[in-house]
Amino acid sequence: MLGYILRRILAVIPVMLLVAVFVFLLLRLTPGDPAAIIAGDMATPAQLERIREAMGLNQPLHVQFFTWVGQLLRGDLGTSLISSTPVAGMIADRMGPTLAIALLTILMSVALAIPMGVIAAWKHRSGADYAVMTFSVLGFSVPVFVIGYVFILLFSLKLGWFPVQGYTPISEGLVAFLKNAFLPALTLTTIYVALIARMTRANMLEVLGEDYIRTARAKGAPEHRVLFRHALRNAAVPILTVIGTGFALLIGGVVVTETVFNIPGIGRLTVDAILARDYPVIQAMILLTSFLYVLVNLIIDLSYTFFDPRIRY
Amino acid sequence: MLKKLTATLLASSILAGSAWAETTVTAVMHSGLRVLDPVMTTAHITRDHAYMIYDVLIAQDSEFQPQPQMADWEISEDQKTYVFTLRDGLKFHDGEPVTAADAVASLKRWAENDAGGQVIMDRTESLEATDDKTITWVLSEPFVPMLDVLSKQSALPPFIMPARVAETPADEPITDYTGSGPFRFVEEEFQPGVSVTYEKNPDYVPRDEPADWMAGGKVVNVDKVKWVNMADIQTAVNALMSGEIDYIEQMQVDLLPLLEGDPNVVVEVREPTGMQTMTRLNFLHPPFDDPKIRQAALAAISQEPVLAAMIGNPEYYQICGAVLGCGTPLGSETDADTLTGGGGMEKAKALLEEAGYDGTPVVLMAPTDLVALATQPVVVSQMLRDAGFTVDMQPMDWQTLVTRRAGQAAPADGGWNMFITNWMVPEISNPISNPMLNGRGNDAWFGWPTDEKIEQLKAEYIAAEDLDAQKQVSDKIQAHAIENVLLVPLGQYSLPQARRSTITDMINSPVPVFWNLKKTE
Repeated sequence: MLGYILRRILAVIPVMLLVAVFVFLLLRLTPGDPAAIIAGDMATPAQLERIREAMGLNQPLHVQFFTWVGQLLRGDLGTSLISSTPVAGMIADRMGPTLAIALLTILMSVALAIPMGVIAAWKHRSGADYAVMTFSVLGFSVPVFVIGYVFILLFSLKLGWFPVQGYTPISEGLVAFLKNAFLPALTLTTIYVALIARMTRANMLEVLGEDYIRTARAKGAPEHRVLFRHALRNAAVPILTVIGTGFALLIGGVVVTETVFNIPGIGRLTVDAILARDYPVIQAMILLTSFLYVLVNLIIDLSYTFFDPRIRY
Repeated sequence: MLKKLTATLLASSILAGSAWAETTVTAVMHSGLRVLDPVMTTAHITRDHAYMIYDVLIAQDSEFQPQPQMADWEISEDQKTYVFTLRDGLKFHDGEPVTAADAVASLKRWAENDAGGQVIMDRTESLEATDDKTITWVLSEPFVPMLDVLSKQSALPPFIMPARVAETPADEPITDYTGSGPFRFVEEEFQPGVSVTYEKNPDYVPRDEPADWMAGGKVVNVDKVKWVNMADIQTAVNALMSGEIDYIEQMQVDLLPLLEGDPNVVVEVREPTGMQTMTRLNFLHPPFDDPKIRQAALAAISQEPVLAAMIGNPEYYQICGAVLGCGTPLGSETDADTLTGGGGMEKAKALLEEAGYDGTPVVLMAPTDLVALATQPVVVSQMLRDAGFTVDMQPMDWQTLVTRRAGQAAPADGGWNMFITNWMVPEISNPISNPMLNGRGNDAWFGWPTDEKIEQLKAEYIAAEDLDAQKQVSDKIQAHAIENVLLVPLGQYSLPQARRSTITDMINSPVPVFWNLKKTE
C-alpha cells in the first residue's frame, strides 16, 4: 500500500512537467500582450515596447521558460505581471473561499443525494422515484446562473434571509460565514445532488438485483440494513468516484457561481488572469489545479479499499 | 468625584459616539483595480485610485480651466518661466512634508510617459526646485497650453509622489504607495481585482474654495471608502437594492428599469460629456491607404444606428461629429454632416466607384468580451456592406485585439483594417493629447497615419495666443481630421451612475471622486 502511494506520488512529477511545458507554450502561442493591459489604450507602440522589455517578455522563449522553472524549483510561483504582487499570495487569498464553498457544497450534496438515490432505487418506479428523477433532470438542465439568480431573488431580495453577494471567512464566525456561503453552495448543490442521486440510484438498482440481497432479505435482515449495509456499500465505488471528481471540479473554481455571488475565489482569478494574459498567474493556477486533480484522484483510489475490501494495492 | 464621573461618562460617550459614527462607503467601480502605478498606465481605474491617494499641483474645474490645488503659479511676461509655489500644510501619508523636490521628481517621471508631458519637456530648459516650496520651470519658447496639460484630469494626470518613489524608472512599477492625497491606501487589505480600501487622511488640509470637479477643497466626510469589484453588473444592482453597497459607477442602461421604482436608489448622469466611441482605420494597407476609400467609409457611417444599438435610450447618448468632443471648449462639428445626420450612402457609393474599389475585404476587429465595444462593429460593418464594401468582421477578445492592432502586417497576414474603441471626452478634447491626431507615421497611434498637415495645425495650436485663436485652429483641425479620416467619431454616451439615496453631495466630475460626498444613515 505504502509502495503504491509512493509510486503514485512519484508519477505526479512527469505529469506536472508535461503540464508545465504545455501550459507555457500554449500561453505564449495565444495572441495577447500583458504590456498592453498595463499601459492602457493611450500607450504608444514605443511605450509598450519599453514595458515588454522591462517585464522580460522580449526574451527568447526558452530563456523565459527556464527562468520560470527555476523559480518553481525554488518554490517561487513568481509575481503577477499586472498587479506586481506575488502569485502565491494571490492564490492563497483566493483559495479559502473556493475550498470553503466546495466543501459545503459536497457536504450538502452528499447529505441530500445519497438518501434520495437510495429511496429512488428502493421505491423503483414509484412517485418518489419519479420525483427524484425529475429533480435530477431539472438540476442538470437549468443553467447554474439562472438557479443562482432565482435564489437571490427569493431568499435575498424578497425574504431578506441572506446577503446578495460577498464572502465572509469562517474565522469571522460560523454564522457570518454561512450567511454568505449558503446560497452559492445551495446553487451548486442542485447540480451535484442531481449528479450524485442519479449515480446512486443507478448503482443501487444494479446491486439490489443481486443474489446476495435476496439472500439477506430471505434470512430476515431488516430493510435499512439491507439497503445501507449490503447494497449501498457495494454500490459505493462509482458513487465515490463521482463525488471525488465533483469535488476536484469545484476546487478548480466555479466561475459562474463565483461571478453571480461575487465570491473572490480562484475561478475568477484564473479567468481574469487569462483575459489579462497574466502568464505567471495562469501558469500557477493550471499547475495547481492539475496537482489537485491528481491528489484527489489518489485519495479516491485509496478510499475504495475502505468500502470494498476486495480492492488491494 | 461627581465631576470626575460626569467627565468620564462624557468622554466615553463621545468615544462611543465617534466609533458608532464611522462611515464606510462601498462602491462598485467600472473595473477592478490591478495596476497601482498611475504613471505606467492610462487605465481609468488606476487614475481614479491615484486621485484618492495622491494630490496634483493644479487641477481642472468644470469650465475646463486650470486652478491651484497643491500650488499656485506665476508666469513671466515672456511666458517662458512658470513658478509654482506649494501651499502650506501639505504632508505625505508618512508624515513627511511635501517639498518642491518631490514635485520635480514626480513631474519628470510623469513626463517620460505622457504625450503632453513629452511636448513640454521638448521645450524645457530647466525644471528645478529653487527652494523647499518653489518649483521653477523654464521653457525655451512659450507654450500656451502648458497649464492645460499640467491640470488635465485624464488620462495621465501628473500626480505628486515622494521623490524616493518618483525616482523609480517610468517603465517599472512603483512599490511604495505613499501619497499626500485626501485618502490613504490600506495596503494590507488590497486584493488585486477584488477590493481596495481607503481611509480618510486625517492630516490632509483641503483648500478653502468649494469643490469644483478636480479643483477646490477636497473635504472628506467619510471614514473609509471600499471599492469592490463585481464582474456581473446584475449582482451589483441586486447588492445596491439590498443596501449592501452604496454606489455603482457605471450602470448598464438596459438594467435601469430594475432601479427606477426603488425610492432608496438615485440614478443620474454624473457629467454630460461622457465618453466618445469612434473607429480608427489602418492607413498602411488597402483599402484604407486610399483617402477616397477612407472618405467613402466615413460617408457610409451614420451615428444614430450605432448609438441606438449600443445604448438604446436616447437620454444617455448624444449625436456628435466633433473629433475633440461635444461640450468641450474646442469641440467643433465642421464637415461631419453625414455622420450626424445620415444620408451619406450615395456619396459613399460614388466615392468607392471613383476610387475603383476592387472588393478588397475590410478586416474589422470586433471584441466580444467587452459590453461597451461589442455592438458597434456589427452595425458599422452592415453600413459598410450597404455602401458596397466587402467586410470581414472578425470576433475576438479584447486582448487579442490589442495585440493584433499593434502589428503592422497586411490584413491577410494577421493584420487589420479597422477597429473601434471608446475614450473619455476630456482625454480627447485637446489636439495635443488626442492620440488620433498624431500624424507621425510609425510613431503615431495604431493606424499609423503620416500626415504633415495635422502636425502643422497642431504647431499652430501650440502657438495660438488665447482661447479664441485656439478655437479657430481647432476648427481647422476638425475639418482636416474629417477630410483625411484620422478617425470616424461614432458619437458620445454617458453611462449613468446609481447610488443609495443616503449618499449625497457627490461631485459631478468626469472622474468619480469620493471627497465632498456625505453618507447619512
